[in-house]
Amino acid sequence: MSDFVLDRREAIPRLIENADQYLIVTGLAGTARDIAHLCGAEGANYYTMAGAMGGAVSMGLGLALAQPDKRVLCVTGDGELLMNVGALATVAVMNPANFGIICVDNGHYGETGNQVSHTGHVTDLAVMASGAGIKQVRTVAHEGDIADAAAMVKGGNATFFVHLKVNDGPPAVVKRSLDANYTKTVFRKALLGSA
Amino acid sequence: MPFDIPSPPAGEPTWPYDLYKLLKDEGVTQFSYVPDAGHKVLINLSLADPDVHSISLTSEEEGVAMAAGAHLGGQKHVLLMQSSGAGNCVNMLSLPRLGKFPFLSILSMRGDFGEGNPWQMPMGKSVQPVLEACDVVCLKVEDPADVIPTVSAGLTMAFQSQESVAVLLGQKLLGAKKFG
Repeated sequence: MSDFVLDRREAIPRLIENADQYLIVTGLAGTARDIAHLCGAEGANYYTMAGAMGGAVSMGLGLALAQPDKRVLCVTGDGELLMNVGALATVAVMNPANFGIICVDNGHYGETGNQVSHTGHVTDLAVMASGAGIKQVRTVAHEGDIADAAAMVKGGNATFFVHLKVNDGPPAVVKRSLDANYTKTVFRKALLGSA
Repeated sequence: MPFDIPSPPAGEPTWPYDLYKLLKDEGVTQFSYVPDAGHKVLINLSLADPDVHSISLTSEEEGVAMAAGAHLGGQKHVLLMQSSGAGNCVNMLSLPRLGKFPFLSILSMRGDFGEGNPWQMPMGKSVQPVLEACDVVCLKVEDPADVIPTVSAGLTMAFQSQESVAVLLGQKLLGAKKFG
């Protein structure tokens, strides 16, 4: 477990500089809070979930294909990604240059009692992303890994996958709306000018 | 150059070609699917068409979430699946239901009229009650003449009224696959 050392509250803002440059879809629980905190509770460039587990990567892909001139990120956890890990293969085949996935892997199901997840035992999501066919893959487990991955996120000229390994400490504290229709309307109004 | 939809080969049903034209005319630009023989024409047309995204999924529920993402970005998405895929979508359907995201799926039925593979029967019988329990409007088509009016109605209900809609193409329309 020695690879799970970084603090997500410090690592994520360093990985995603200028979060307002992206459209971001998150999974539920930890990553929703990470990104709501990073973008601000009133931000209109991100969509967070509190259910529909396993849908974040696919939702991000649908958005990326619809908005080829915008940079789109999916930020999701290890448990959320594992629930629909085949989505990585779908992303790899479509290979949209404007899309990247950041998996915040704490090796635990943090929301449900902190049970050790598959990645906390033996599973390596970076290898699974490579195996799915995603070409640009980085693992960030230590301080020294962050700069290179952040440059890849910033450069963004091909589909990428960042496997960010963090400790099982808490995500940032933020109050966000759980109204899926309201947040959809806010997002679409900011992006498209109409709800 | 806009994509020209080819004419159906002699003797083949024309409705799949008319259906593809309808979806294109209504502005659908994302076609996702887990491949199924009943959707072969639609899938092949979307693959040949440079003006749309043709997305092969590993599981149908990916398409439910993709459709919501497409709507966030201002595009229309249609999910094509075999009826058995409905069971894979149940939890993900909470996303369009709660967020009032437009959702349109076209399902080719198995386990329906004249089915010869007993493995298809359980899900075939469950599709409509399961989808309706998830608040999805189900519109079933048995006659080729009803395909276009029914999918037109589904497009309006999904993209104008923000409903989740499933058009079920029955085996009276598609023909039952001989098995064994």
